[in-house]
Amino acid sequence: MSDTLAIAGKNYASRLLVGTGKYKDFTETRAAIDASGAEIVTVAIRRTNIGQDVSTPSLLDYLPPSEFTYLPNTAGCYSAEDAVRTLRLARELLDDHRLVKLEVLGDPNTLYPNVTETLAAAKTLVKEGFEVMVYTSDDPIIAKQLEDIGCVAVMPLASLIGSGMGILNPWNLQIIIESANIPVLVDAGVGCASDAAIAMELGCAGVLMNTAIAAARDPVMMAGAMKKAIEAGRESFLAGRMAKKLYSATPSSPTTGMIG
Amino acid sequence: MQIFVNGKKIQLPVDGLSVMGLVVHMQLVGKRIAIERNGDILPRSQFDQVFLRDGDKLEIVGAVGGG
Repeated sequence: MSDTLAIAGKNYASRLLVGTGKYKDFTETRAAIDASGAEIVTVAIRRTNIGQDVSTPSLLDYLPPSEFTYLPNTAGCYSAEDAVRTLRLARELLDDHRLVKLEVLGDPNTLYPNVTETLAAAKTLVKEGFEVMVYTSDDPIIAKQLEDIGCVAVMPLASLIGSGMGILNPWNLQIIIESANIPVLVDAGVGCASDAAIAMELGCAGVLMNTAIAAARDPVMMAGAMKKAIEAGRESFLAGRMAKKLYSATPSSPTTGMIG
Repeated sequence: MQIFVNGKKIQLPVDGLSVMGLVVHMQLVGKRIAIERNGDILPRSQFDQVFLRDGDKLEIVGAVGGG
């Protein structure tokens, strides 16, 4: 199948990108990610626990970088400076890895993105050679500005991080998708498989999610459902839907040869 | 000699310890980590060439689960 997701010159068979947080344990993390079929997984960069038992397993033991493309994020950063600092560390941590997810938050309650800080951080990161996939609001003008700065993908929210509220403004997403020359991925807000399918039917290049899978009653089953929804949504988009009309005088069955 | 690691004060028994020496001391050998010293990234290749000074501020980070 040649319909791949191209990001920064690399092709991916899966259009579902997943986070690795909020799981019960690493075994569940791995099982859910396997079921999702995702090739790109986000990770957070945090202080190492000093003095912890050295035999404590780490996320990397369960998700080896040889099997997945890591997407280090800047979750929890509230300034451009902190976000840039975090990703410089990530680059060193992951052997000059350049593909990153930039997110700069503006409010700890809603986790709404701070777009002015995001723009500033994106400028610095692109200048330093990072390949920036950027989380942002669903503002089409900001999305365009992020593309012009040189980000490799723009990732507007469907609704707020962790809310599971689904796609609240499909019209804005459609405007962003229509005007973008880089992949547009929905990041955040997806709650269930139909949300993911709708995002793909709008023409999104992919969807990034974490909580929708991790907070499901059965995360592994939901991961499988998301995989199918992304594939179904993509095919539905490519196939081209029929025109909507209020009613149709053309029934699906022949009008001739009726009995009686 | 006293340094700060991840915001915590750490008393080192010897002076002139290299960053590699600290990594060994903290039992982080073989762990995938990145280190920032006084605000600057310290490439892994320089761990054994850079020596700690009193009051140094280090951040030692790793990858964890996140969305």
